[in-house]
Amino acid sequence: MNGFDPGCAAPALRPVFELSGASVHFGRAASPVRALSEVTLSVARGERVALVGSNGCGKSTLLRLLHKLAAPSAGQITVDPALRQAMLFQKPHLLRLTVQANIALGLWLRGTPWGQAKALALSALARVGLSELAQRNARQLSGGQQQRVAMARAWALQPQVLLLDEPTASLDPHAKREVEALIDEFASGTHAMTLVFASHNLGQVKRLASRVIYLEQGRVLADLPVQDFFGGPLLQQQYPAAHLFVKGELV
Amino acid sequence: MVHIARNWIGGYDTATCPCCPQLFVRPLENPTVTSFSESAATALQLITAMDAGLLAIVGRSLAVSASACAMACALGLVLGAWLGVARFAGRGAVLTLLNTFLAVPSVVVGLVIYLLLSRTGPLGYLGWLFSFKAMVLAQAVLVLPIVTALTCQAVEDAQSLHGEQLQSLGARPLTRSLLLAWDERYALLTVLIASFGRAVSEVGAVMIVGGNIDGFTRVMTTAIALETSKGDLPLALGLGLILLGVVLLLNGVVALLRRWRERLESDAGSHAPGTAPVAARAADALTPGACA
Repeated sequence: MNGFDPGCAAPALRPVFELSGASVHFGRAASPVRALSEVTLSVARGERVALVGSNGCGKSTLLRLLHKLAAPSAGQITVDPALRQAMLFQKPHLLRLTVQANIALGLWLRGTPWGQAKALALSALARVGLSELAQRNARQLSGGQQQRVAMARAWALQPQVLLLDEPTASLDPHAKREVEALIDEFASGTHAMTLVFASHNLGQVKRLASRVIYLEQGRVLADLPVQDFFGGPLLQQQYPAAHLFVKGELV
Repeated sequence: MVHIARNWIGGYDTATCPCCPQLFVRPLENPTVTSFSESAATALQLITAMDAGLLAIVGRSLAVSASACAMACALGLVLGAWLGVARFAGRGAVLTLLNTFLAVPSVVVGLVIYLLLSRTGPLGYLGWLFSFKAMVLAQAVLVLPIVTALTCQAVEDAQSLHGEQLQSLGARPLTRSLLLAWDERYALLTVLIASFGRAVSEVGAVMIVGGNIDGFTRVMTTAIALETSKGDLPLALGLGLILLGVVLLLNGVVALLRRWRERLESDAGSHAPGTAPVAARAADALTPGACA
């Protein structure tokens, strides 16, 4: 056992996020940039949701909204306040500290005493197979190693919901596989973790997601189980824009 | 013809015209002004002989500027870091004002502090005018905008890179600003040196509030100005050389410290992305008026 318990007090399929007509606008009120427009959806506990769409379609904004890094300009968002969330960004964003201190910092910021946080950081590092790098400067690691440290930092927080914004976009294929395997491993632990991730890699979406949400110009155009999104006539018949996107990606 | 004063400028005197009160400059019949090389040689002699008067001036100058920088940094680093992260109405106006103060002339700062500390001023009861404390206060006020604005710039850059991640981990603005300032510590070290350089090399503010009193408030820059006007080039040049040497020494120490820290942190591994741009980012942070 790893010593961490992500917790599962909530009953199965209880929504962890509910958005009702949520919109996010940036810039001046007179000519706002509409990053998200009237998005209505809910995410149930244990779901693995992939957000796909072209650049600038609103995937990152939706993730930031779910993680309370952005506030809705209109509409409503309901997030279980007792929910432990963690977010992983495209870049790992490690500070100029040791690897262990970077992981411990996340725990310390959420109220864990520093000594205990350092001990838990070592456990988390062992989980991602980087124990030997605990005392190295985090900025000296390779991109793949840094992202694994960021994974360990997120996992150490025992999140019930893990949000990922293109976490493997800047990695080489080998590092990509390693990080993807870790995400899969964390999400399918003893207690199902809710996973919401943005990705341009449709192969990764197929491997990790149970549900796919296709966004275009800030609107949700398709919201389907993964098997319907990638196979069968449903996508082509009902969501031609999403079908073209998938076709383009596969070509 | 009445001599008003002896001037060092290439062996010329200022004198009044015999038929009108107008001043004019005329060559000396037997110029006693020393050449640059002679002055430099005498200056080096003064330095190597550890002249007591010279050392007292140098020591006082360093003490005033170091105290002023310590005061300015204690406030400026925290304030600048907070400004780099905080978002509030009127922040733009505060930053514009701050950037304006980067270019404020030292004589203006000296004049304001003089008015504050003069007997009829609001701080006149302190009795600080023409004292060491007055000079420290003036220099601290002079370098505070520099420390604050450059710290703000460095932290704001770091905030755009790592701010959301720290916010995601639960760091509130003040905690975030302090963590980001720590992360940018090498850039901020350069900020400290820049502010010390500004303090130690200014003359206007300390001249006004210190009064350039021999043995009490005479510092390197005011002494250089005075000795130059008196024509005592060796002492002025000696002080100038020491001033240059002090700044050079400080820069050398910082460069060594940074190199030592980077070597310590790099272990045996190769440099990964994120390490090399430290110096570049420090240089960026030192671009005046860039925090917007």
